[in-house]
Amino acid sequence: MTELSRTHLDQLENQSIFIFREAYHAFKNIAMPWSMGKDSNVLVWLARKAFSGRVPFPVLHIDTTYEFPEMLQFREWATKHHNLNLIVKINTEARKRGIGYETHDPVTVTHELKTVALQQALAEYKWDALITGIRRDEDPTRAKERYFSPRNAQFEWDYKDQPPEFWGQFATSVAAKGEHVRVQPLLDWTEVDVWRYIQRENIPIPKMYFTRNGKRFRSLGCSPITHPIESTASTIDEIIAELEATKTTERAGRAQDHYERNAMQKLRAKGFL
Amino acid sequence: MIAKANAQRSTTNTQRPISDMERPLRVVFVGHVDHGKSTLIGRILHDTGSLPQGKIEEIRKACAAEGMEFEFAFLLDALLEEQKQNVTIDTTEIPFRTPRRRYAIIDAPGHKEFLKNMITGASRADAAVLVIGANEGVREQSRRHAYLLSMLGIKHLIVVVNKMDLVDFSEERFREIEQDYRKFLVDLGLEAHAFIPASAKEGENVARASMKMKWYCQANVLEALDLLEPQRPDVDLPLRFCVQDVYRFDGRRIIAGRIETGTLQVGDQLVFSPANKSSIVATIERWKAPANGPALAGDSIGVTLSEQIFVERGYVASHENETPIETNRFHADLFWIVREPLRVGRFYDLRLATQEVKCQIVSIERVMDSSTLETKTHGREQLERNEVGRLIIQTRGPLVMDNHDRIPNLGRFVIVDDRKICGGGTIFGGVYTDRQVTKSQNIFWTEGKITARARALRSDHRGAVVWFTGLSGAGKSTLAQALERDLFHRGMHTYVLDGDNIRHGLNSNLGFSPEDRVENIRRVSEVAKLMADAGAVVITAFISPYRMDRRRAREIALEGNAEFIEVFVDAPLEVCEARDPKNLYKKARAGEIREFTGIDAPYEAPEDPEIVVRTDQQTVDESVATILEQLLPRLREYEMND
Repeated sequence: MTELSRTHLDQLENQSIFIFREAYHAFKNIAMPWSMGKDSNVLVWLARKAFSGRVPFPVLHIDTTYEFPEMLQFREWATKHHNLNLIVKINTEARKRGIGYETHDPVTVTHELKTVALQQALAEYKWDALITGIRRDEDPTRAKERYFSPRNAQFEWDYKDQPPEFWGQFATSVAAKGEHVRVQPLLDWTEVDVWRYIQRENIPIPKMYFTRNGKRFRSLGCSPITHPIESTASTIDEIIAELEATKTTERAGRAQDHYERNAMQKLRAKGFL
Repeated sequence: MIAKANAQRSTTNTQRPISDMERPLRVVFVGHVDHGKSTLIGRILHDTGSLPQGKIEEIRKACAAEGMEFEFAFLLDALLEEQKQNVTIDTTEIPFRTPRRRYAIIDAPGHKEFLKNMITGASRADAAVLVIGANEGVREQSRRHAYLLSMLGIKHLIVVVNKMDLVDFSEERFREIEQDYRKFLVDLGLEAHAFIPASAKEGENVARASMKMKWYCQANVLEALDLLEPQRPDVDLPLRFCVQDVYRFDGRRIIAGRIETGTLQVGDQLVFSPANKSSIVATIERWKAPANGPALAGDSIGVTLSEQIFVERGYVASHENETPIETNRFHADLFWIVREPLRVGRFYDLRLATQEVKCQIVSIERVMDSSTLETKTHGREQLERNEVGRLIIQTRGPLVMDNHDRIPNLGRFVIVDDRKICGGGTIFGGVYTDRQVTKSQNIFWTEGKITARARALRSDHRGAVVWFTGLSGAGKSTLAQALERDLFHRGMHTYVLDGDNIRHGLNSNLGFSPEDRVENIRRVSEVAKLMADAGAVVITAFISPYRMDRRRAREIALEGNAEFIEVFVDAPLEVCEARDPKNLYKKARAGEIREFTGIDAPYEAPEDPEIVVRTDQQTVDESVATILEQLLPRLREYEMND
């Protein structure tokens, strides 16, 4: 620490903390979706860094009812561990209508059980900002994101007319009723950065990311449509080594992205994170 | 620079271990529309093997399906919209690596109406690659983008003259463009590290030397990039710690913010501007991190102070001998990026680091067209989109700043209108000794009855009655004056109504009997209400011992729509009696004064005051800080009710 320079991870961490604090100041009513995935847990960790060990706003788990049981166990454990104010939201109305992976395509189910559930939570709690863990390197559509990215009342993202963002100045206000701002502190991080940071900080994550019987999960979502990859990686070092060698994309195991051409684009335009 | 590039060419290719712990070099690609930025990026990604498996095949298939010829640019145009329009619409960031290091490409669009996206992308970059089409040569945006790069503070620039295949790889054509453009860059104070003739489409001089342009034997695009160094936060500049917020999560006051420049250590004496109060850093707060080292430029930290002075968002901490400029009037160059022009005389919001103030454009000294550098001097009342103006700006309250050429991070600001960022400016010519607050000359437009809100808007705070109560000797007058000074220096309208002064004039016919005390307080309440209605922050300093009287004072103030804040100036009787600044306790004990509060008349302590200060435990500055912390947000509440 006495050295007069900072590593790349230090710089990413500092920038994320800066964004967290700007968001917390700018928006009175704020929440953080928490999927319990690796990025989501890094987000919780960075929030605690920003606010002296606390997460001073609620975290929201959109429970699709198709969660891996192990993820739910992790949810209970981590809620206590980080002393989180957890809100669990299920789109019970859609489930009653029979929306499910057994009968519907993954794009429809993801939209109903994730995006619509998020809309319902937003209508209920009237948050004016959501802190999300999306990264530029995940998907081309996410590459075009801003740190502070406004969404209208219909959740639409006007990616053709985004506010300028420079010199640490962001779109920190909501213009109209029902609008909200997505705040994205991990935008500059890559998948490898996330892993290196988890390793450096020893951040708790679900064990499903590590190999079991020759397979591990690289990205975690709903159990029926999330598939593990062939992998023998049992440590973070091995995961990083594996990522450096691969040319397949991170979300290749997430069926909803690949159901049709531009599926992710369509999902995101409709409000998917 | 080119000679240097050439000399070091062999070293670039030597394998140096790449560390993921190093930040990738962020390179923004700019240039006129259709000069081939996206193609160049697509080519770089392809030639460095940075594309995900199957990406090229995927796009080739998609092109075939739509009957289009495959282009490298399509690799980037991942969004449906873009493929339709065949233009890049927003900034993307794409990683690639050379044997030397990692890169992140920021692709900025070339279309005029997308200037704000280019600025967004370029402001995050370490270096810029400016692409000029050899067939069309230097065009409007080739120049405008360079101008903006210079304002955004990008120092490293590489110029790629692309599409050389369309001009038969002609050296003559290349030299012509080079000469023309170098001259323009010199006028801007920019210097290109390299000028490279290339064909992105055919891969000439991108990742390999061109056989078709043997007349050029200097660095190709990747080699030129490898020679650049990343921009680093400035640890060597004077300290500027910009306060984002003050947290009280665990009972301690943690001042949270980012070090923009310089370094900060435990034990440092900090001066907070604009209040000009100083205190010593007691601890540097970093959760789950070793806290003993110094904090450096770029660090997001928290600090606790040894003495509790009032600090809030927007304050800038510096070291004593290197304080920033504090003023409300300054010169700046401003670029304007929205359709609605900037107008002289209008009010805007100005944001500089974490400060936000209202400002007014006093005058436009001159206007430059950012593509021709042509200057128009006189008679301009507004600044149009894409223009850069030299302006005089006046702010409502004091603004803490530096000259851009000294400390860039504190020398730049944005103008916000209707909650949207409309332009960015850089400050120059500020004088470092000037710390006096000059009175503002605001233009006032309201017609008809002047409302409390109009008054509040003009002075940037609402009127209020700050009612001090406490024993004689508790420190009411001292605190009232200290608070008045502080508010005054913030540019607020404020006035102290002091017990003694009022009794000499308005209330000279009143004594100290219970009836007269009641009347005394009633008159003071009425005067305070009128002054608060006029927009002032009135501070009253009376013993006001009876709860009933203070309740009435509150009612009177509220009838007049004025905020009423009761401040209990608390100190034990023994302490007050020991202080006895006017020898009144002595006289009361000796029986020379009758019905003296605390001796032979009661003092009814407030049951639920807005603010309590303990003057036997807090210094005057600490007490004022306690009051300000609660008072200032209330004075600004008129904005939120809007």
